[in-house]
Amino acid sequence: MTDAELEIVLLSLKVAGIATLASVLPAIAVAWLLARGRFWGRSVLDAIVHLPLVVPPVVTGYFLLTVFGRRGPIGAWLETYLGFQFSFRWTGAALAAGVMSFPLVVRAIRLGLEHVDRHLEDAAGTLGARPAWVFATVTLPLALPGILAGLVIGFAKALGEFGATITFVSNIPGETQTLALAIFTDLERPGGEAAAMRLAWLSVAISVAALLASEALARTFRRHTT
Amino acid sequence: MSLEVDIRHTAGRFRLDVQMRLGPGLTALLGPSGSGKTTVLNVIAGVLRPEQGRVRIDDEVVVDTAAGVWRPAYRRSIGYVFQEPRLFPHLTVRQNLMFARWFRHHGPTSRSPEEVIDLLNLGGLLGRYPSRLSGGEKQRVALGRALLSMPRLLLLDEPLAAVDQQHRDVILPYLDRLRAALAIPAVYVTHTWSEVTGRADHVVELGEGRVVFSGPVSAHAERGQQKTGGQRRDEAP
Repeated sequence: MTDAELEIVLLSLKVAGIATLASVLPAIAVAWLLARGRFWGRSVLDAIVHLPLVVPPVVTGYFLLTVFGRRGPIGAWLETYLGFQFSFRWTGAALAAGVMSFPLVVRAIRLGLEHVDRHLEDAAGTLGARPAWVFATVTLPLALPGILAGLVIGFAKALGEFGATITFVSNIPGETQTLALAIFTDLERPGGEAAAMRLAWLSVAISVAALLASEALARTFRRHTT
Repeated sequence: MSLEVDIRHTAGRFRLDVQMRLGPGLTALLGPSGSGKTTVLNVIAGVLRPEQGRVRIDDEVVVDTAAGVWRPAYRRSIGYVFQEPRLFPHLTVRQNLMFARWFRHHGPTSRSPEEVIDLLNLGGLLGRYPSRLSGGEKQRVALGRALLSMPRLLLLDEPLAAVDQQHRDVILPYLDRLRAALAIPAVYVTHTWSEVTGRADHVVELGEGRVVFSGPVSAHAERGQQKTGGQRRDEAP
């Protein structure tokens, strides 16, 4: 692996890793609302969460640009008051990747939560656990396979994100040029096929490694619970 | 201990309308399947919110739909052994037993874990996960777990239903030891009369969502003989 390739791989891992980690807690919260909540507007929330899955990625990137760009309402506020910038930075690439993978993460975690036997939660209640503790000591551990699956699929999706990223933060080597964008750049360049192929194999290797790691974790967990 | 229950609840076509008053000791709650026994226990434990009614334990009203009173299960200090053991699969036997101690440090009835583990003969199982236990072992752990939550009242919902006959005969003596050693008031749901005969102090019989008999065991036995000519219809084969 050349230094340039290593830089691309490390940037991609950073972008996808931060995107996945940052989306875990909001995804668990939204998945819980969708799986258990009974409130007005639940189907609206469901639809909003799924939007990035169904609209063209370019559109999602464009929305991110209008909201989180330097002149967007939130982007301008962040830059003025916190000195924080999304547009044309790796942080923006992570935001785009996180938003695009969010529906998949929520779906997997939601399935995990729906799988938890409510009778066990009732039992925990009779043993003195208030709802927050029931969630922490029973629901969450039993939904762990779903959460792990969500993390892996979210990471894989974030790693491969292209359309929203290039629209929102452009294709800047060393800053926003992740694996997918670098492969695209190599393919556009005459004689770049060999370099593109090397990067393509690297991205396959990373994804397979993530899948194997999650399988190993899930196996450890299953050994106890089944 | 005194327990007063007055509830009305509908679930689909089933209608429950139960009034009963229980004292200390072991109360057998009898009745055929579908007569509402489990529903009554769920309301007492705080797992189910009744449409209408009132439940009082000693001086504390835990449910009163008219006054808008609802104490959630975790604030009732009632031990509940469900029909299925409902052990937490991700926790070891020891962690299952100690689960309630994470949340509750004082209770009306304090038992040391060692005492309960000894009483139920659980010493050899502590490191195992529930998936490695037999049906009878699981139910013993469930019983120990409920006892260690320091309950003021114990609810047992056909704890032997999921256990085969061979294991029943093993578990019943444990129940007797518990009754003698711990003296926690208990409501024992069953449709097998032989499980409670000689053990219960008081009998409540339900039929189609209503109380059809309530009184001491001796009176229930006489009534059964009159009704069935000496043959108890709910006698175990």
